[in-house]
Amino acid sequence: MNTLRNSFTKLLQYPSAIAGLLVVFLLVGVAAYTMITIPYSEAIRLWRGGEEVWYQNPRFAPPAWINYFSSKKYSESFAVSTFDEQIFKKVTPGKSDTATVEMSYEFDFSYDEYPQEMLFYFTSSFDEKQPFVSIELLTPDDRTIRIANFALGNEFTYRFSQDEKLRAKLRTEDVIPALFSLPDSEVPLKGKYKVLITGTTFEPDSTLDMEFVLHGQVFGLAGTDHARRDLTLPLLWGVPIALAFGLIASMGTSILTMIIAAVGAWYGGWVDELIQRITEINLVLPFLALLIMIGTFYSRSIWVILGATILLSIFTGAIKGYRAIFLQVKESMYIEAARAYGASSPRIIFFYLIPRMIPLLIPSLVQSIPAFVFLEASLAVIGLGDPVLPTWGKIIQDAQSNGALYKGYYYWILEPASLLMVTGLGFAVLGFALDRIFNPKLRDV
Amino acid sequence: MSVVAHTPSENLEVKKAKRESTFLRVFRYIAVRLITLFITVVIGIYLTIVIANMGGYVDQIMKGEIRDRVTQAFIANPSFQQMETDVRKNLIQEKIALEEERQGLNTPIAIRNFKFLSNALTLNLGRAKNMTSDSGSKQVRLIILERLPATLLLMGTSQLFLFFSSIFIALSLSRHYGNFWDKFVIALSPTSAVPPWFYGIFLILIFASALKILPFGGMVSSPPPQNTFDYAMSVLQHLVLPGVSLIVSSFFISVYNYRTFFLIYSSEDYVDMAKAKGLPARDIERTYILRPTLPNIITNFSLLIITLWTGALFTESVFLWPGLGRTLFQAIGLYDLPIIVGSTIIYAYLLAFTVFLLDFVYVLVDPRVKIGK
Repeated sequence: MNTLRNSFTKLLQYPSAIAGLLVVFLLVGVAAYTMITIPYSEAIRLWRGGEEVWYQNPRFAPPAWINYFSSKKYSESFAVSTFDEQIFKKVTPGKSDTATVEMSYEFDFSYDEYPQEMLFYFTSSFDEKQPFVSIELLTPDDRTIRIANFALGNEFTYRFSQDEKLRAKLRTEDVIPALFSLPDSEVPLKGKYKVLITGTTFEPDSTLDMEFVLHGQVFGLAGTDHARRDLTLPLLWGVPIALAFGLIASMGTSILTMIIAAVGAWYGGWVDELIQRITEINLVLPFLALLIMIGTFYSRSIWVILGATILLSIFTGAIKGYRAIFLQVKESMYIEAARAYGASSPRIIFFYLIPRMIPLLIPSLVQSIPAFVFLEASLAVIGLGDPVLPTWGKIIQDAQSNGALYKGYYYWILEPASLLMVTGLGFAVLGFALDRIFNPKLRDV
Repeated sequence: MSVVAHTPSENLEVKKAKRESTFLRVFRYIAVRLITLFITVVIGIYLTIVIANMGGYVDQIMKGEIRDRVTQAFIANPSFQQMETDVRKNLIQEKIALEEERQGLNTPIAIRNFKFLSNALTLNLGRAKNMTSDSGSKQVRLIILERLPATLLLMGTSQLFLFFSSIFIALSLSRHYGNFWDKFVIALSPTSAVPPWFYGIFLILIFASALKILPFGGMVSSPPPQNTFDYAMSVLQHLVLPGVSLIVSSFFISVYNYRTFFLIYSSEDYVDMAKAKGLPARDIERTYILRPTLPNIITNFSLLIITLWTGALFTESVFLWPGLGRTLFQAIGLYDLPIIVGSTIIYAYLLAFTVFLLDFVYVLVDPRVKIGK
């Protein structure tokens, strides 16, 4: 216990180790926060959800905070509806069961880039007579543009850019830029815009509601991908998955390696020989090819890959190093004493041999974590990621397969990549410092 | 050294006996070593074959594919449409059976595994199932030989550069350890936790996508230049990014390791002794530091030569480099067992051969080492 505390105080003398520790604590905190706020099932539902979950988001939108760094301001996305009362709605009853529903929403548009798209989602209830709406847009220079008028079904989606009539009326191919600039001008007109929807219902209980979605050029904290998914979800969920994979793999590998090396060194004879031979055979096996085969043929589940990774990483060169040290420790006096009082072999292995190696184990364990974290990401990048889980590697793969680097969607790759980098470097730096503390031979040189 | 004095004739006898015993010892050692290495390779390859076959699961996939393809071909062909259903069904079955036999799917999996094994061990690599070389051949040997130059070019340039530059820099760092550059390398050595393909993505982003001065990937621009010089320049241009990412990702840890290694050896007593004798620094380095580290350096170098063979699977995939690593990945995707096994057996043989050879190299460079003791 005392030595542990000592090591910890020593650790704090290394600035890099403090940085590494901070990163690790931060990651653990984020992982805990993520798993509490977005439960696993919810995360899977959202990640695998399609248009019905993510219709409010634009596609390929960088995060909103790039506006702080860019001289050009990109339009931000928003979604408002009559249900949350952000859209003003006034119902005036008229003659013979009819009613006029006036809905309006005013928004400030002061950006240098046009939005991607505007959509109205209408919901209405009626028995036979469909409600009727007409849409107008009031621009900052006090023009009133009549957008469309039509009868509604129970659910109806109106997309501005898909309206042929509107295109013809505005004499343009792209509706949105035409709406957001002065006639014959190529730059967006800044100021307050207002959408005005006037609806008429023809039945006493008929209702009319709507949602107004504007797909801007930027979105939220992390941006969106090709399927409109908010990238904060996989970025956040990537943390617990990366940590779990890295920690379980490195702990499983190093602890099992150590136990097997101890058993071999203690019993000697054919047990030792067998372990040596297995290690040599494992050296011949193509590690990556086997993992890829398992991913391709059997299952891409992260847990299967994890198990295979551990199995293939146990019998490596490390086992020989541990064995050599165990052979030395085996001859120590205290082992002799333990034998003299009649300790059983398992007792000697687990209570006397292995605890001696913990100072050696801890640094190598921490140092091997980044390799496993990156292994998971690497497999995901070549398309063998878990099909269900949202991970950092999956984001990079999606970005790669959608040509993010060619098309300039840098945020898409940079966000998961920098998280991977920070995680990897955090553990690597910490492991390095631990190595110098626990193996003081290295510290002198 | 024996203390007992011998007469000359006795001396000769002893020497002869010694030589014989040395010969026997070395011979026995070689025999045992070769046999264990061979058994290791055999078991390793057999395991690979079994996993690659997934205990017959791949057979199911391939049978399904054959059934699908044959049935589709019959449906698509108008000349079979007039045929009676029964006759056509029989014909389809016959064709499927024929195709399965052609691919060797009707022999039991265990027998086929052993056939694969013996073919692999005799380097009879056979024909690929689905992949073809760019020249159109299905010979596994030709497919591998075709991709080999690309891998050798990429891995060779990067790994050799890495090896020599890190030894050279490590030596100079160990000479003045504790100075700024030494601390710089120590501080940056954790960056090697990041794999090469990852640096590759950043490099593509900067140099291909943003600055547009280097290509995104591939090995030669399309269409390939006719002129040999232009062709070489184009390949060189494509080589820069993957090469640099392979070097960057292991440069600092490699320098750090060699540096620490040299420092440990330079703190030996005999080095202090040499310094006390006033030998020039260069001589000390050459005879007292480099010489005893030679076995390790040779080991590293020979293992490096083997990794040239395997290629860099992920880096090649990210850069679309047509090397062996990417070929192996593609082969797995196409369930192309002969290529997977071919690539593995060559690696296994190379490894076994190198391990075997290294034992003798150690004896040559380090007189303290004796074989079979």
